Amino acid sequence: MRRDADLGFAAAFAPPLLDPAREVPTAVAGRNGKPAGRRYDVYRNNVTVSLIETLAAIYPAVQRITGPDFFRAMARFHVRSSPPASPLLFDYGRDFPDFVANYAHAHDMPWLADVARIERAWLDAYHAADALPLAPALLSTIALERLGGLVLTPHPATRIVRSPYAAVTIFAANRDSAPVARIDASTPEDALITRAEFDVVVRHLPPGGAVFAASLMSGQPLGAAAMAAFDASPEFDIAANIAGLIEAGAFTSLAAGDA
Amino acid sequence: MITAIKPATVPLRFSLPIGGVAGTSFKPEHLPAILEAGPQAGFFEVHAENYMGAGGPPHRALETIRRDHPLSLHGVSMSIGGPQPLDKTHLARFRSLVARYQPALVSEHLAWSTHETSFFNDLLPLPYTEATLACVCDHIDQVQEAIRRPLLLENPSTYLTFRESAMSETDFIRGIVARTGCGLLLDINNVFVSATNHGFPALDYLADFPLAHVGEIHLAGHAEQTDDDGNLLLIDSHDGPVADAVWKLFEIIIARRGPVPTLIEWDSSIPAWPILRAEAAAAQAILDRCKLAAATEDRHAA
Repeated sequence: MRRDADLGFAAAFAPPLLDPAREVPTAVAGRNGKPAGRRYDVYRNNVTVSLIETLAAIYPAVQRITGPDFFRAMARFHVRSSPPASPLLFDYGRDFPDFVANYAHAHDMPWLADVARIERAWLDAYHAADALPLAPALLSTIALERLGGLVLTPHPATRIVRSPYAAVTIFAANRDSAPVARIDASTPEDALITRAEFDVVVRHLPPGGAVFAASLMSGQPLGAAAMAAFDASPEFDIAANIAGLIEAGAFTSLAAGDA
Repeated sequence: MITAIKPATVPLRFSLPIGGVAGTSFKPEHLPAILEAGPQAGFFEVHAENYMGAGGPPHRALETIRRDHPLSLHGVSMSIGGPQPLDKTHLARFRSLVARYQPALVSEHLAWSTHETSFFNDLLPLPYTEATLACVCDHIDQVQEAIRRPLLLENPSTYLTFRESAMSETDFIRGIVARTGCGLLLDINNVFVSATNHGFPALDYLADFPLAHVGEIHLAGHAEQTDDDGNLLLIDSHDGPVADAVWKLFEIIIARRGPVPTLIEWDSSIPAWPILRAEAAAAQAILDRCKLAAATEDRHAA
């Protein structure tokens, strides 16, 4: 039978890894029984730096906007307060956009958290399950009177991010290495993120489009989703939005609903 | 309870074992260059965790590589050396990758990386005691039970020791092999790093290592730092070419053990594909020399 007293090494070793204020554990040693000192710090450094680099890999546009020093300082706070809860690193940093939104030094970049949300959605779309998108021709086979009751199944990769700022334009300009022209950040933008086959694509949604797409994705029938979109924006163009979503590969199948 | 997953399997196209073949870490950025060069003799090793997403480009790349090359699936976060029970969800994901890609080699580490709910993304050390030995063997039994084949366990590189350790690392590893029947992945760079850091001769460690159970070898680059007393402290950084001293140890081990699959591990500051391939070719030349020497001896004996 295992004696837990003999297996306490991890409980002593782990807490100082992400807490520089804690003492180096006394259960470990360097040469000739000397305190571990810098040798323990190698592990501290490995853990902290590798997790900061994980966030930098997930949020490259955020890092390009802030510069690496600002980003690494911000990421270090986040890594120490919210280490990963899963060994799947592409799942890490889900709460990083909220952290960015509340990060005092980023208050003059109010759109930064939304750029991070788009980057997080981009990676989720990248790793999402493969599925065949709905063939555009299929919709034209549906009788007009049945259109309003149609229910669409979203593709596993499809995501929507809404922003009161020009987050989509800022995201796109900073995922590239080309120089960034001046962007008016004050225009609200909504992003549609899809991966019909293997390439993740981020698109702007037109007025009402985010409400429409989100309603459809939540299982609302087409008619109800269109009503919600008109309520949100009188400029909503139903034909253009349906065509745009289908062309983007946002859905995989359709079914006649109960309506 | 492990969830039953029945993924599509890729048929095996290579007879096992793959023998004295050199391979490289597979980096997706190298895929176009690899495909352009056509199928090569070597194998490719991937970190299992990078392919645990549901779909998308990572699986497409891995399927492409797997079609023409033997694959080595290298787990980096099972936390086999930790005191807490294995993460059953993670074990199920690992098993499903083994079933789907039918790798020629499957390995994990003598280390831990998760404590309570935190994942530290590093290969953390453990004390070598009867209690930790029992715990590690229990975890390896569970992994081998799940994947239905022997696991190759990799020796760690370490920067410090535990005061409570009651046996040597090689005694500990021999104990694991005897109790679980697992194979070993001998990382010669790790041996060199640990030997330098703790001040023992790497050859003594290797003389004490159960070479007959080694099913794969890792070679990698390391970086240099110093400890508080100014002693050289080597860091297992995987960010450069294999050191001359590590090549020398490799030649000695291959002469002693015979050719085994050998990986050039390069995980950061990743070079262009031809540079990585050249490192693998250097390993292959050593493996081939050994095969030639063995053949010559056979002829003389006949």
